[in-house]
Amino acid sequence: MDYFYFAVRRLLQALLVMFVISLIGFSIQDNLGDPLRELVGQSVSEAQRQELRDRMGLNDPFLVQYGRFLAKAVQGDLGQSYFFKKPALEVIAAKFPATLELVIGATLIIITFAVPLGVFCAIRPKSWFSKFVMGFSIVGISVPVFLTAIFSIYLFSVELGWMPSFGRGETRNILGWQSGFFTVDGLVHLILPSISLASIMMPLFIRLIRSEMMEILQMDYIRFAWAKGLYSKRVWFLHAFKNTLLPVITVGGVQVGTMLAYTILTESVFQWPGMGFLFLEAVNRVDTPLIIAYIIVVGLIFVVTNTVVDLVYTWVNPTVKLVGQKS
Amino acid sequence: MSAFTTFFQSDFVFRFKRDKVAVISLIVVVVLVLSALFAPLIAPTNPYDLTTIDIMDSEIPPIWTEEGEDRFLLGTDPQGRDMLSTILYGMRISLTIGFFAVLLQAFLGVSIGLLSGYIGGRVDAFFMRLADIQLSLSTLMVAIIALAVFQAGFGAELYSDLAIIMLVLVIGIAEWPQYARTVRASVLAEKHKEYVDAARVIGMSRRRIMVRHILPNTLSPILVISTIQVANAIISEAALSFLGLGMPVNKPSLGSLISSGFEFIFSGSWWITVIPSIVLVALILSINLLGDWLRDVLNPKLYKD
Repeated sequence: MDYFYFAVRRLLQALLVMFVISLIGFSIQDNLGDPLRELVGQSVSEAQRQELRDRMGLNDPFLVQYGRFLAKAVQGDLGQSYFFKKPALEVIAAKFPATLELVIGATLIIITFAVPLGVFCAIRPKSWFSKFVMGFSIVGISVPVFLTAIFSIYLFSVELGWMPSFGRGETRNILGWQSGFFTVDGLVHLILPSISLASIMMPLFIRLIRSEMMEILQMDYIRFAWAKGLYSKRVWFLHAFKNTLLPVITVGGVQVGTMLAYTILTESVFQWPGMGFLFLEAVNRVDTPLIIAYIIVVGLIFVVTNTVVDLVYTWVNPTVKLVGQKS
Repeated sequence: MSAFTTFFQSDFVFRFKRDKVAVISLIVVVVLVLSALFAPLIAPTNPYDLTTIDIMDSEIPPIWTEEGEDRFLLGTDPQGRDMLSTILYGMRISLTIGFFAVLLQAFLGVSIGLLSGYIGGRVDAFFMRLADIQLSLSTLMVAIIALAVFQAGFGAELYSDLAIIMLVLVIGIAEWPQYARTVRASVLAEKHKEYVDAARVIGMSRRRIMVRHILPNTLSPILVISTIQVANAIISEAALSFLGLGMPVNKPSLGSLISSGFEFIFSGSWWITVIPSIVLVALILSINLLGDWLRDVLNPKLYKD
């Protein structure tokens, strides 16, 4: 029952955040540029402008206008992009797969490297390799993601010429998903951007896995497992590692949002045709509907991932104290 | 014995001297900060003074390469500005923004943390929910969107004049929860101790108890966070400037310098990007290493390798 209350509260909070984001989005629309100027040229007279404003409802009170915006927004209508002359949401949806590919690529790289490295550093904290990894991870944190991107381009594209330096390469449509995952060219284009994006998150995960696992290795049940005389592999990978995963997955879920912010940087260096690159272009063109649509889509991704992670984590982990629960 | 000698004989200084990495990091940070602070005295030219810049001097490589010229130690950028001077002035801007943004974060975070922890109840619940929500939205994302909207709204001209203030405000406001949470946790641990009760019994005001009695006991986590946060603020500033949402090209920070050199990397003018990058990474890395060392020393609860 407690969980039910918690879930309801959490969902209400998510709705509230989305409401605030939509309010921000709307006030941007209200203050950024004049929609009329985008529609008609300079030649239209003042009287005609006023009439048009009335007809479009631009003179209505703020709340009425916001209500109209919200009613349209929940139906998936976030206005027309000025530049593309298409619904803003449609433009973003078309770029979404490219960003998703980048995020998936980076996530795969992070999982493949961070998990074994973090576990190793926890099991053998005194080995030279662990010290090397930890030292390297602080260097990794200190190098901004755009520098990793720039220098990987410089090294692998300009100097060595092994990799393409920009773009997404050839894509193929499989089951309605236009993706570079299905062509060799697309995969080659994906390598450098994914590595750059992964490089900034990797140190964080290595450190997190290491510290979580070290904490767990000192727990009583692990000592008991040692005392029983179990094989060390069994203790490490079955007993300890399983419990390490829970907090790691939570943080991972929350980091999806941070990763989206870094995709803007990565996409801008590699001219990757994804949502982030689109957003920067929209800002330069003052394409207000597109800016707002991006804010709302990204806000939605953040809120949904955070809510799902919170709900699942609380559900899976019975030891966590629910917000507002009496102790 | 003066406070000075007490400090130099303390355990803190002893452990510092034994840690080579910490000593080197501190030296690097001090050298960089001083050279940024005294940039107008050290720098050979003033990169903001348009009269000294000659476009004919553009893209001269550093002095140790074949085509280098004696006048320009680290070469020149595409506009003919001396790289050394531009980097020094750029670092000045980066450090200023980092420092003031963290000052703002600390001010907001510490005030909210103290109030939240000491008063508790609804105030606490409200601020901590707010902190949860703000931490769940990534700082960089919020900063990118906020600055993008301001830039689109103000227009690039006006925006470039306000860039420093906007960057400080955005980075400063976006990260207060880091401080608020830590300070709140320390306050909760402190507020039931006898010295706080004693202060309350003699009838001191809440404000005085919070600021003069509890706050000094929360200083070590604040110090640790501040170090890391300065590094983060400088990274954020560099990232924002790189995207063209921060400092303009005529008044570049390290991030905008790197950004302006990026397109020239393909034509072989590597130094415009590489040298500021090295400075940026050296600065951030040293601050991070110092922060790590501080955390190890001040917080005995952490693991020891």
